[in-house]
Amino acid sequence: MIKRTEYLSKNYGKPEGWSLATYEAGGGYKSAKKALGMSREAVVEEMKKAHIRGRGGAGFDAGTKWSFMPKESKKPHYLVVNADEGEPGTFKDRTIMEQNPHALVEGCVIGCRGIGANAAYIFVRDELHLAKARLWGAIEEARAKGYLGARPFGVDYPVEVYVHTGAGAYICGEETALLNSLEGRRGEPRLKPPFPAQVGAFGCPTTVNNVETIAIAPTVFELGGDAFSQLSELHPLNDGGVRLFGVSGHVERPGIYECAVGLTLRELIYELGGGILGGRELLAVIPGGSSCPVHRADEIVSLPKDDRFAPWQGKSLLDLPLGVDTFRSAGSMLGTCCAIVLSDAVDPVLATHNLIKFYKHESCGQCTPCREGCGWIERILDKVVHGTATLDELDQITEIASNITGNTICAFGDGAAQPMLSFVSKFRPAFEDYVRTGGKSQTRTLEA
Amino acid sequence: MPFALSDELERELERIRARYPNAMAACIPTLHLCQDANHGWVSDEVIQFVATRLGLSPAHVKGVVTFYSLFNEERPGKHQVWVCRTLSCALRGSGSLLEHCEKKLGIRSGETTKDGKITLRTAECLASCGSGPVMQVDKTYHEGLTPARVDEILDRLLAD
Ligand SMILES: Cc1cc2nc3c(=O)[nH]c(=O)nc-3n(C[C@H](O)[C@H](O)[C@H](O)COP(=O)(O)O)c2cc1C
Ligand code: FES
Repeated sequence: MIKRTEYLSKNYGKPEGWSLATYEAGGGYKSAKKALGMSREAVVEEMKKAHIRGRGGAGFDAGTKWSFMPKESKKPHYLVVNADEGEPGTFKDRTIMEQNPHALVEGCVIGCRGIGANAAYIFVRDELHLAKARLWGAIEEARAKGYLGARPFGVDYPVEVYVHTGAGAYICGEETALLNSLEGRRGEPRLKPPFPAQVGAFGCPTTVNNVETIAIAPTVFELGGDAFSQLSELHPLNDGGVRLFGVSGHVERPGIYECAVGLTLRELIYELGGGILGGRELLAVIPGGSSCPVHRADEIVSLPKDDRFAPWQGKSLLDLPLGVDTFRSAGSMLGTCCAIVLSDAVDPVLATHNLIKFYKHESCGQCTPCREGCGWIERILDKVVHGTATLDELDQITEIASNITGNTICAFGDGAAQPMLSFVSKFRPAFEDYVRTGGKSQTRTLEA
Repeated sequence: MPFALSDELERELERIRARYPNAMAACIPTLHLCQDANHGWVSDEVIQFVATRLGLSPAHVKGVVTFYSLFNEERPGKHQVWVCRTLSCALRGSGSLLEHCEKKLGIRSGETTKDGKITLRTAECLASCGSGPVMQVDKTYHEGLTPARVDEILDRLLAD
């Protein structure tokens, strides 16, 4: 069901919409003040009631993650905000940082309170220069008003917020790679355990959260956790509130749309997105960033036998509400909730080829299955596209991708394998045509 | 010649350093600061400078520089242009756009024009997928590009 909301996006596109004056006119910073007046435990409880499933891709419950931070420790605690936004197809966090930076700064105050930290680092990918400038501007404005610093809102609970910059590496979006990068090292993922809540930034207990997860926290404290969660149609599945839905590729109106959780792909593509570009038909959709499996337009969902899933059993995947557990249970992944739409003008083989180049380029090289596997698949797909691959080699793509899955330090490997496995199995005839015709089957491109 | 920062940038380095509990964490922001002050690249002198300033080994700093794609180990052109090549942009025509740039500039992606004005490269997803095709020029994004718009942008850079 489409339920448009404006908690994060109400000032998007307005002149000076990112300024403190605009933010405060809409009630901004009241939630941070409220949270600083609450106990740490109460802040976490409120966050738990909101059932915010982490907006960075893994969908872990935010309040629960905050509760993992040690109660007592001699070391400082840190909040690290993941603003590395690099997952292909994903462009939602950037809109928050550029157009509503104070929501993120206010969220940092609440987050720090919840996890017992006095400092937050916002790790922004280097390319987002406007986002960094807007965030620094917001931090300065908030500090000048006494909302940050030694005594925010006059409360004896110091909070500092810093913007940190990356240097071009998708892998730094993975939370432990991000921590290494923040510490001034090569951005290679760390083995877990220890988890960041025990040993995170600078060897101290740390919570890593996505930009949107933190930026929505002020809304939770404005509405109350329960009321926030109930905005979602998937509240019974503990997938609460509102979120930013993105759609890119072959739709008439690509963009970011804030809605209550419960939206379906059909609504995102055909109503919010305005339908398929040029009046064509939908070929396939990747639901939430390129590391999710691709789905054909005609797929039917098969969910575990569970009453909560009954309404969608046997229906079109396009009518399954975009939720963490709905998509996981259907054998897919919600990821970042930013869908990539492919019209029937697209050659799925070329789409696969485009994606493997991304993963090959971005693999950090630490784990052999991922480093070598991405390279091998790239070479096979080069051959497929040039019409010199064999049918055996198509099977090898599946074999190599399966051997990456689960055999690496971090989830990058799985993210690279998912699109390979799903594209090759769901569009097998298109791949075979390339082999049979020596590449002459290529009549379509990637462009609509 | 050893690399040095202006007084103003030295103060900026101090501000960066003060944000972190240790000096190593300042490594990447400091490298950016120095790269910007060194015609867009990290020379061996810059590596030595950053290592000395932050009390790190040059090997550590070099290791960092080689890991990240936005640190240049060679001097780039006066302007740097990146065309996003990843899927959402490709669906919106970034392939043709890149070809258009290559033809207009007479270079391939990864190369610099003879006059040293423009280095052309591809980028992976720039978090602007809803407004593709997208191109980053130095520190600015240009979105929803058409060939005519690209010509305007490149002409301006070539004339600079
Ligand atoms: C390869 C890779 C890239 C990732 N990139 C991002 C990213 O750009 N932004 C993000 O928030 N999370 C990203 N994540 C997920 C993070 O590891 C982490 O789960 C997330 O930041 C936690 O925040 P959340 O619980 O608020 O979602 C990535 C994960 C992997 C494996
Ligand atoms: S694919 Fe080009 S900006 Fe995301």
